Amino acid sequence: MADVQEIKFKEPMARTAEALDGSCAANGELEELHGDKMVLNMGPSHPSTHGVLRIILELDGEIITKATPDVGYLHRGDEKIAENMTYTQFIPYTDRLDYLAPLANNVAYALAVEKLLGIDTQLPPRCQYIRVICCELARISSHLLGVGALAIDLGAMTVFLLTFTEREKIYNLCESLTGARFTTSYTRIGGLSRDLPPGWVEQCRKFLKEVVVNIDETETLLTRNRIFVDRTQGVGVISKEDAVDYGLTGPNFRGSGLDHDLRKTQPYLVYDKLEFDVPLGTTGDSYDRYLLRMEEMRQSVKILHQCLDKLPGGPVNVPDMKIVLPPKDRVLTRMEELIHHFINVTQGVNAPAGEIYFGHENPKGELGFYIYSKGGGTPHRLKIRAPSFVNLSILPKLLPGHMVSDVVAILGSFDFVMGECDR
Amino acid sequence: MAQAETKTSPRVEKTADLARRLKDQFGDLISGPEEFRAEFSLKVADAERVPEVCQFAKKELGFDFLVDISSIDNYGDDPRFTIVYHLYGYGHLCYLRLKTDVSEEKAELPTVTTVWRTADWHEREIYDMMGVRFRGHPDLRRILMWEGYPYFPLRKDFPLSGRPTELPDVAFTEPAPMAGGPFVTIAGGKDTVAREPRVRIPETDSLETNARLERRRDIKEAHGKAYGPGPIEPRK
Repeated sequence: MADVQEIKFKEPMARTAEALDGSCAANGELEELHGDKMVLNMGPSHPSTHGVLRIILELDGEIITKATPDVGYLHRGDEKIAENMTYTQFIPYTDRLDYLAPLANNVAYALAVEKLLGIDTQLPPRCQYIRVICCELARISSHLLGVGALAIDLGAMTVFLLTFTEREKIYNLCESLTGARFTTSYTRIGGLSRDLPPGWVEQCRKFLKEVVVNIDETETLLTRNRIFVDRTQGVGVISKEDAVDYGLTGPNFRGSGLDHDLRKTQPYLVYDKLEFDVPLGTTGDSYDRYLLRMEEMRQSVKILHQCLDKLPGGPVNVPDMKIVLPPKDRVLTRMEELIHHFINVTQGVNAPAGEIYFGHENPKGELGFYIYSKGGGTPHRLKIRAPSFVNLSILPKLLPGHMVSDVVAILGSFDFVMGECDR
Repeated sequence: MAQAETKTSPRVEKTADLARRLKDQFGDLISGPEEFRAEFSLKVADAERVPEVCQFAKKELGFDFLVDISSIDNYGDDPRFTIVYHLYGYGHLCYLRLKTDVSEEKAELPTVTTVWRTADWHEREIYDMMGVRFRGHPDLRRILMWEGYPYFPLRKDFPLSGRPTELPDVAFTEPAPMAGGPFVTIAGGKDTVAREPRVRIPETDSLETNARLERRRDIKEAHGKAYGPGPIEPRK
């Protein structure tokens, strides 16, 4: 057997410099090629850009010297649409923001409108607990996809199949909870579209038992996998300063070792009554972001167990018929309820004039809604602060110096979704 | 939830204090704060001085995170546009909102990318959607709509149904980087074999390239403007 030779690894940028004034420069024919950079178009339909992100890469050999992301291929004008409909009518559009975690978007949007109405602290406890359950299920679903997609991009097909099996179970839970698998539209202003169906809690507990096994299995396939570690460790390192300066949020922010989670720092719903840890990275590379998502899933499982244990009884909607639709049997038999129903459906919830910003810890980062209301049933301006949009803006800074194949690892570890980025 | 409210009240006080300090520093330039739902908004009277105010807020008051920049179209009012900055501090965990008005005639204000680099894409989005320009921005291009799109869709006088654009269908496609080069397929070839770069013969290459240049000329004649980068020189 031949001797094992150690490959001397050099920093990509150092290699470029060496190539430029290296020995081959003496060759006249090759010299012409120096400085002639190749432009590579990646996307908008490329398997590892997870949607319709396009990146224009300028390459020196295999090393990226410049990266220009091009977004907007999935732009649907959600903010314009929101200005032209009632607050309730916009809920289905929030499903289509981060379409990998629609339940979390529903909750974020409902909480934002409720903050505008001033009823965010009056939600019945059962509603709050169910909403937390929704958020955490969405987080697990989103992270499972994030990890699975990262793994398949790096060649580990098995992981993708494993995590998708588990996501399928979450979709089944969503289906029995909301009636839809993807486009959940579960929340309403002031509550939920319906209570938990019978047997759902047991179904959810069963899922939680299974998902933990699955997460462990995924870990055994990836965490100490030499290929995976080599391709992600030290790749796409984000410094703390850059993470703050570029406005990163969520796992990509915490991967750099910065401690900020809106569930802890700006507690909403019942997060202040639940016990969970916020995992942090140390180096800010792709590997840390992967590890962090794995741990966040375990913490979500922990939160879900607590919620299912503590789940209180009672109504799921605020008892205000000017906000929530009255029960149908009363609408059909009583005058007052009929009027409320009519006004609610045709004119929408009468919101006061004012402006609010609500930031929600979504699986991908801080999903914020800024609502500027002049009063009445529709917002004058509704701005969606999409975490994926902001997270991607660091790419021109982050990608140069990496190899082309590292782009795949970095994009995978960023776990963005274009539905939210382009809105 | 009564406990939650009492728990957050020190933070409301802290935010009020930060808003007061910002106001003290700049005096008449800043009006407010307006409080609504425990959030504080300050108005900066002169949009030209926004970067200065932001710089102070970041350096002295610890607002190191620019959460978001949004724009409002007050159609029918003067000044027409309002630009809204949401600041957040990781040290004190307080939000603060800064607002400034920009008139329709001017539709321009200085960039804050010098203060927070995350402002880059937010400002591009506002330029794209609302048509307000940011002076000193390193790369002020459209971001969600395509280059050459003639309208600003978030303005209130732009209809929800959209407006038909006069643009040719290639308005938002441009020749692929290195088109005509040895490793690039040519769109519109008669079949995949003909498009496959490794089997292409140089003669057909130049024919294809010529056809593309002709199409480009046609578009330019019809619309007075050619889209995409300059003409592609056929390779020798």
